[in-house]
Amino acid sequence: MNFFAIKAIYLFELARTRRTLMQSIASPVLSTSLYFIVFGSAIGSRMVAIDGISYGAFIVPGLIMLTVLTESTSNASFGIYMPKFSGTIYEILSAPVSAVEIILGYVGAAASKAILLGLIILFTAQFFVDFSIMHPLWMLTFLVLTAISFSLFGFIIGVLANSFEQLQIVPLMVITPLTFLGGSFYSISMLPPLWQQITLFNPVVYLISGFRWSFYGVADVNVGLSLAMILLFMASCIAVICWIFHTGYKVKV
Amino acid sequence: MQAIIQVNNLSKTYPSGFQALQNIQLDIRRGEIFALLGPNGAGKTTLISIICGIVNPGDGIVLVDGLDIVQQYRKARQRIGLVPQELSVSIFETVWDTVCFSRGLFGKPADPAYLQQLLRDLSLWDKKDSKIMTLSGGMKRRVLIAKALAHQPQILFLDEPTAGVDVELRRDMWQMIRRLRDSGVTIILTTHYIEEAEDMADRIGVIRAGKLILVDDKTSLMQKLGKKQLLLQLTTALPQIPAALSAYQLQLSADNNQLIYTFDAQQEQATITSLLRQLNTQGIEFSDLHTRESSLEDIFISLMGDAA
Repeated sequence: MNFFAIKAIYLFELARTRRTLMQSIASPVLSTSLYFIVFGSAIGSRMVAIDGISYGAFIVPGLIMLTVLTESTSNASFGIYMPKFSGTIYEILSAPVSAVEIILGYVGAAASKAILLGLIILFTAQFFVDFSIMHPLWMLTFLVLTAISFSLFGFIIGVLANSFEQLQIVPLMVITPLTFLGGSFYSISMLPPLWQQITLFNPVVYLISGFRWSFYGVADVNVGLSLAMILLFMASCIAVICWIFHTGYKVKV
Repeated sequence: MQAIIQVNNLSKTYPSGFQALQNIQLDIRRGEIFALLGPNGAGKTTLISIICGIVNPGDGIVLVDGLDIVQQYRKARQRIGLVPQELSVSIFETVWDTVCFSRGLFGKPADPAYLQQLLRDLSLWDKKDSKIMTLSGGMKRRVLIAKALAHQPQILFLDEPTAGVDVELRRDMWQMIRRLRDSGVTIILTTHYIEEAEDMADRIGVIRAGKLILVDDKTSLMQKLGKKQLLLQLTTALPQIPAALSAYQLQLSADNNQLIYTFDAQQEQATITSLLRQLNTQGIEFSDLHTRESSLEDIFISLMGDAA
């Protein structure tokens, strides 16, 4: 194992975060704070509690997930797409590193950043709403697994993308809608029966439900199922990445 | 001594169907400067890219220091540094960060003292904290060389190192390459500036349309294929070459003022003496004479022409 290479890639990616501190950290924190002010304090104060949880507290796990999903996907995809775009990928390809080390570097950095952001938002939320965390260890487990899974997913997008537009399209057109419709702002039991069924095809439902369970002990779907879905998603991403590196598809001719 | 790079029967066909390399057979000797010459699209970069691991090899085997580049890629690649043709370097980073990154990527622990010396040698030390985007093209090229040397490789590939580099910097770079060779690094460079190969290389390989058409020591190549010419500036114009001199196959310049005698560089000087004696007997006087040697460029052009 080339640990120096993993470290080099990891630090390079985190340095990119430091260089773009406003864009990387300040802006997600600001936008989430706005959600808390508008939905949590202003509108939320007039809404009835869901499952005995005040609306402001109810949306905390969903808002964290919203950021973690979009940030891990876009960071990992950008991280590997940039060297492809600028040509600096020659160095990675000519280095004595295996696919596993490349992934540990890029995905590790993207996931770390997403986890950090999630924790910052969790911390920020305290200033807007009252909430408690019933199962802190499970909360961290869900957070970490989600960040890693979606960083892997982002890595795939970055490898396959041919343009910046393609890079943006998945986070923007797929992740964000799925998160909004996945129960960030409501319990799926509030939906009409037909939509309750349809929404079960949305993988994000399981992530948010499991994550919310770790906070308040209530869930839309069984927590074991949530965990299984995350692991299934992660395994699928790993399989696709193995195939990409095995065939050299879009990386090496 | 075992060759440091052995390329055996290497062929490469791209998915588009373009055959970039055909049965390349090449040994690079330890410690030499090897120049790979060829026109654009001949396969120089493909060959280098395969050895360095950027392009998958097709058929054939490549050994670096006896290590298979596919099976033992880790050890093989640690021995190689590559300076690419394009100025591909992440522009938002500082010079120092980027060389540290390269060293780590190639599996070496940090060594600030070595990197400091490296940057000093490349006149980059005072720019170490500058972002690469603020550097000139020549400096960016040197940053790429520093990156390639950051992990102390035994073999350095330079793909078109002096493309777009001004004359002064080119001289500096040549000096630096020689210093590296003196320190024991084997250097393989591609170029289409033939004077570069002529000036620098110990051996030369000529590649054309994916085939290695010639590999030879530079000096013997120049001797074997080089021609010498003796030019005689006549005091009075000559209407035609006298029949008595026909054995020398002389040429007369268009203005009839110059006689040109082409001879083999390896031949004895005796023919020149006899030619001059003959001219004397014929009463042909000349005001000036000089000789010129064909350059590698002439040789190269004639090779390209022959192969076409």
